[in-house]
Amino acid sequence: MESAVLLPRLLGLAWLLPLGSFAAIVLVGPRMGKGGRGAGLLATGTILASFLLAATALGVWLGGHPISAGAQDATGQHRLAAGSDHPALPGSGTHGAPPHAHPAAPESIEPVSGDWYTLARFGSLRLTIGYYIDALTVAMFFMVTLVAACIHFYSLGYMREELHEVTDPLVTLPSGEKLNRPGRFARFFQYFSLFCFSMLGLVIAGNLLMVFVFWELVGICSYLLIGFYFERQSASNAANKAFIVNRVGDFGMIVGLMAIWGTLGTLTFADTKDHAGNVRQAGIFSQVRPAAAGYALRVPDGMVRFAARFEIEQIGKQAQEAKGSAPQMAPWGRDRALPSKPGLPATESTIVPREGHAARRSNPALSILSVGVGESEIASRVPLWRAQGYGYWLLVIAGLGIFCGCVGKSAQFPLHVWLPDAMEGPTPVSALIHAATMVAAGVYLVGRCYPLFTPEVLLLIACIGCVTLFIAATIAMVATDIKRVLAYSTVSQLGYMMLALGVGGWVAGLFHLFTHACFKALLFLGSGSVIHACGTNEMPALGQLRRKMPWTAYTMLVGCLAISGAGIPLLGGPGGFGLSGYYSKDAVLAQLRLFKQSSPLGGWLFYVAVAGAGLTAFYMFRLWYMTFAGPARNKHIYEHAHECPKIMYIPLVVLAVLATISGWSVWGTGLSVPAILEQARPAGTAAGVAGGLLLPDVALPPESLSHDPAIHTPAAAIALVMALLGFLLATAFYGLRVLDPEAARRRLAAVYWLLRNKWWFDEAYQVLFVRPTLRLSAWAAALDTRAIDWFLDHSVRGVRALATLDDWVDRLFVDGLVERMARWTHGLAIHLRGVQTGNLRHYVMQIVIGMVALFVLLSLYWSYAASGWGLY
Amino acid sequence: MNIMNILTQPVSLSHYLVVGAVLFVCGVICMTAKRNLLGVLMGIELALNGANVNFVAFSSRFLRADGQSAIGLDGQCMALFVIVLAAGEAAVALAIALCFYNNCTTIDVDQASELKG
Repeated sequence: MESAVLLPRLLGLAWLLPLGSFAAIVLVGPRMGKGGRGAGLLATGTILASFLLAATALGVWLGGHPISAGAQDATGQHRLAAGSDHPALPGSGTHGAPPHAHPAAPESIEPVSGDWYTLARFGSLRLTIGYYIDALTVAMFFMVTLVAACIHFYSLGYMREELHEVTDPLVTLPSGEKLNRPGRFARFFQYFSLFCFSMLGLVIAGNLLMVFVFWELVGICSYLLIGFYFERQSASNAANKAFIVNRVGDFGMIVGLMAIWGTLGTLTFADTKDHAGNVRQAGIFSQVRPAAAGYALRVPDGMVRFAARFEIEQIGKQAQEAKGSAPQMAPWGRDRALPSKPGLPATESTIVPREGHAARRSNPALSILSVGVGESEIASRVPLWRAQGYGYWLLVIAGLGIFCGCVGKSAQFPLHVWLPDAMEGPTPVSALIHAATMVAAGVYLVGRCYPLFTPEVLLLIACIGCVTLFIAATIAMVATDIKRVLAYSTVSQLGYMMLALGVGGWVAGLFHLFTHACFKALLFLGSGSVIHACGTNEMPALGQLRRKMPWTAYTMLVGCLAISGAGIPLLGGPGGFGLSGYYSKDAVLAQLRLFKQSSPLGGWLFYVAVAGAGLTAFYMFRLWYMTFAGPARNKHIYEHAHECPKIMYIPLVVLAVLATISGWSVWGTGLSVPAILEQARPAGTAAGVAGGLLLPDVALPPESLSHDPAIHTPAAAIALVMALLGFLLATAFYGLRVLDPEAARRRLAAVYWLLRNKWWFDEAYQVLFVRPTLRLSAWAAALDTRAIDWFLDHSVRGVRALATLDDWVDRLFVDGLVERMARWTHGLAIHLRGVQTGNLRHYVMQIVIGMVALFVLLSLYWSYAASGWGLY
Repeated sequence: MNIMNILTQPVSLSHYLVVGAVLFVCGVICMTAKRNLLGVLMGIELALNGANVNFVAFSSRFLRADGQSAIGLDGQCMALFVIVLAAGEAAVALAIALCFYNNCTTIDVDQASELKG
């Protein structure tokens, strides 16, 4: 229980620290030290503190859930064996459960989940700031904060010129001068802190709404950082492109969220429990994969009921007629009267009516449907409906929707176009956002929502990943901008991750995410120091830099080796021995090879992935040779190149070490990234995913089987051979120059043309979406000016005429009367003014005369009054 | 009734009233005719005392035809009030006079015409 209290506090603090830094920099950033230097130190300090907290949390987690030696390979097998011992539980025979899959044993490691704060409550929908902490969360925290800390340190050096006034050579003002602007050092770190906060919030989020909020925050940070040099037209375009393309994905995500909320009545991952530990409301995961069904994928009651709402209405009507009672459309009272047993835990079989109950109550649309009568009949029919496929498409839509968001954020095939353009931002931004963490968010979310995905969705994920991986790798082969090569490489590696997740390699995909974060951050930072030293991104202008910048060159070489998956099979154990990429890529390929055995489609996926491995090695070494080896192509640039300062290359060294060792396990303990991830594997997915209704043949094999040497070793060997081929080809073209790239280009002119133009995605989108949109908006603008503005202009003219008339009446009559009275009063006052002489004696005289006059009048009055008014 | 008639009558209320009226009119004339501020103040005192004589005369038991007092000592009290009031008024007015003199080096009331409209 200790860790259940400690972990949320540690990670919550690690999450909020960057927010504090952000707030501080927003308020007083530019005044922190000279040019805002203090802001950088503050941001770096807080992310370092977050890293220490995350490391502590990792220690606490491992203290609570130790990994035994050799567990990495055995866990899956063990779990399978344990699962088969269990008798099939009642209720698992429904259609959602694969007929041939054994119900897996209940997860031994329960995530730490709960709420910090309830934002709002609408009916049963509770919007909370919650947490869901399992091994994946803890490991992601560790990785994100570690990589981010390295990048923060690096940025302190890289962004140094922003401390003073900056003259941007790429922006020419209308006057013909270059733009001169104040430095934005503090602002840069302000965005960095906000980004770290958003990313960590996304990772720790306990419900999909919070995920979505931080998802968007990550998106806006990306927008701000890509557009950091917003005076440059290209940068501001790239920022807009990234933002808009991500919106396309997020639209799908919102659809998915609505499908989930509308039918399940909750967005929380885990069960909501009260203080006694009883389940108050079942979370998404336990509704989709209930423990009662052995964690097998099952269409939740809420979805079934939603899909069968017309039948439910019918049953309600019939039941009412049978009762002969007056139509009674007050479901609430009946609902409450239903026996709901809050004391029972979710594992009891009573979960079925209760689940539906909760879902119905949460959803007004559904609650109208269920009129309270015939509830028992409805409940008894739900399994039947489920077997008939009711609600299955809702589950598919929910999964597709969430994946759609991930496609946008992780730059997958149809929406990958934003990532290469996003290289307009400063290089540390590319490293932090577009390599190590933000694009990882999509992969992370697929991993997190894995229990939701039906086999069809997973297969689609795999196909998208496969297409992405191939397209991006081919484009990377011919790109000449050093950062664009890395950007396409990122897209390609993300494709690998999606591919692995899609074919059931949950650990493999996320493992590749972790190793990739290390070596891609390293590669980006290395390219950053090259750009810093040479002032250009174009590789044809570089060369021979390893003599000038040895640290950068050799750490980048480590990165290239890691991403290519360099290793020696059969050394030091069955898995071989190599850099981090070797392990993770092999895990992906082994899973693919396993899938290939069970599905014809798997063959394609496997071969494309293998080809991708070769392409990866080729373009990475092409990059390295063109930049660091060979003759210096541009003497001027070469002469001025220099090694970057210490604060920049020490993070490179740290990341190089990480890129080397992050695939290894701690000697003698079995503690490694995949072993930690294995603890977080979603319940019920260890035995593979199968039994989709649309594609019943598709069965994703359990990942544990891919650890079998018979599967794993050939996959590793093929990948290594392909990588070696790629490496040799790159060496032949660019290292030894025995082959002429120019000749190859001429020979394959058509292919080169295709790749050089990036498969015309940008152009196609331009024609398909951008131009029609622009035309539509031009048309709308014309409508606006011609029709709406015309109408408004004319009505305004009428109003003006009316107002002129009114003005005239006002002046003539109302004002005239008032003015006349004022003039009259004024004239009277002028005349009376003479009385006020200021002379005391005059006043006395006036008093006397007045008194005498009064007296005379009074005496006259009295004498007349006494004589009867002289009338008689 | 002519004025000589009064002189032939025994002293009665009318005689007092005539003295009061004469005093009052003298005061008013003094107020209007004098340009010296102190003279004006004296005129005020005269007018007030003319009124005082009337008060006391109306209130006097001996001047009534029936020899009975219907008013009591009210007139006398009022006269005392007026005297006290006159003293206060004189204090304030003398202070004004001093200030006026400080400002204008004169106490000619004709010079004090700044309030002319």
